[in-house]
Amino acid sequence: MKPPPFGYRAPREVGQALADIAAVGEDGKVLAGGQSLIPLLNMRLAAPGTVVDINRVAGLDTLTAGPDGVRVGALTRQARVERSEEAAAVQPLLRQALRLVAHPAIRNRGTVVGSLVHADPAAELPAVLAVLDGSVRLASVADGERDVPAREFFTGPLEVAAGPDDLAVSAFFPALPPRTGTAFHEVSRRHGDFALAGVAAVVTMRADLGLEEARVACAGVGPVPIVVDVTAEAGAGDRAAAAHTVRERIEPEDDVHAGAAYRRHLIGVLTERALAEASRRAADA
Amino acid sequence: MLVTLTVNGVRRGASVPPRRLLSDFLRHDLALTGTHVGCEHGVCGCCTVLLDGEPVRSCLTFAVTVDGREVTTVEGLARADGEMSPVQRAFAECHALQCGFCTPGFLCAVTALLRDDPAPSERQVREGISGNLCRCTGYQNIVKAVHRAADLIAEES
Ligand SMILES: Cc1cc2nc3c(=O)[nH]c(=O)nc-3n(C[C@H](O)[C@H](O)[C@H](O)COP(=O)(O)OP(=O)(O)OC[C@H]3O[C@@H](n4cnc5c(N)ncnc54)[C@H](O)[C@@H]3O)c2cc1C
Ligand code: FES
Ligand code: FES
Repeated sequence: MKPPPFGYRAPREVGQALADIAAVGEDGKVLAGGQSLIPLLNMRLAAPGTVVDINRVAGLDTLTAGPDGVRVGALTRQARVERSEEAAAVQPLLRQALRLVAHPAIRNRGTVVGSLVHADPAAELPAVLAVLDGSVRLASVADGERDVPAREFFTGPLEVAAGPDDLAVSAFFPALPPRTGTAFHEVSRRHGDFALAGVAAVVTMRADLGLEEARVACAGVGPVPIVVDVTAEAGAGDRAAAAHTVRERIEPEDDVHAGAAYRRHLIGVLTERALAEASRRAADA
Repeated sequence: MLVTLTVNGVRRGASVPPRRLLSDFLRHDLALTGTHVGCEHGVCGCCTVLLDGEPVRSCLTFAVTVDGREVTTVEGLARADGEMSPVQRAFAECHALQCGFCTPGFLCAVTALLRDDPAPSERQVREGISGNLCRCTGYQNIVKAVHRAADLIAEES
């Protein structure tokens, strides 16, 4: 179908964008890459009075990789982050996850920040932000700029701690400590589809190659990404126990694609695979 | 709103409402009906065009958002003298189409794929076309055509 009619604003600078978003309030929607919003409009599942198109706002298409981590601006497309060697060197989990997001043509338009704000429970990037304990920088006319940590940002399915007046201006993915490896494993019906279940893992080794810390975040099996610390289990060398702990923590649901029990099973298998790969990479790091 | 794009090397404009999808702008306002529309929610890929050289879903892009930019559609893939591009010739040669509905999207996606990676592996080819659906061919001949196009491009350059 076709999108319903809407008013349109296309600000050119951040200050104007914040003023536009505040002016339209609850009745408005920010348009970034449009790869989630436009399907909703086409299917008439959303009908905002006004669309604030941020594609022309100067200074939002930034990507900086420094010793602390990777900061991704609101207009930086997923494909650009996926291809960036600088970003991959500082935070390899970004590229590992982005390869699993949709298809190249969709990643050419879709933004990293848009995916975080959209907060689909099955999306990869919210799990990445959660497992890394990253943050989203919000800005509004009333409250100025502030950073919201991932554990406070994702509040429910398609719900985040951003008000109708807020523009998410960037997201920050912290760098890895030394001797740390990451991995993202998922199962989807077809390559590029939303995952039935996915697991992001981060494993840090000690200098003697014993395990210091192991953490996973699960996608597709709860209202928000579910982060589980499995240092005790993985430290004892027992990945099956780690998988068991994670399986107990998730809240999968039935839908047309897969049953809850199958999703729970997948999460166990994916946890073991992701931990094994992340540990190998940590040992090589 | 007046939207002006450079489409297949020619500047074209039309006055359209903000909700006009790029796919409809091309098809209805500019009468370039080579770009096909299957699902209008990003899944089938037959509306794929090149925006400043990169493949995008024209059904998930508003024309106003890309005002001033450059678009290549299937009508712009052949040479100016009408000779088909290597990708187009390979698709014809390998029987990579039956009804042809999906073909414009595949041609645009594969043109960009081979430009970025002139010698893709079998896996890269399959991954590269995984965002385009075909109801007729069963994909085997499309995969063959992508490899054949890579050979043609290598021979001719
Ligand atoms: C066929 C298909 C398959 C897909 N598969 C996957 C997949 O496997 N995994 C996955 O994670 N995603 C998938 N996606 C979604 C894709 O990753 C989107 O690009 C992403 O979810 C949204 O990013 P966007 O920039 O396109 O945001 P938009 O669609 O522009 O916006 C999405 C929402 O976020 C809000 N928003 C966006 N940016 C901001 C901002 N800066 N400040 C405030 N609000 C903002 C919008 O108002 C809107 O509500 C798929 C999409 C399609 C069409
Ligand atoms: S019509 Fe655009 S992806 Fe199907
Ligand atoms: S040739 Fe008919 S859909 Fe592909």
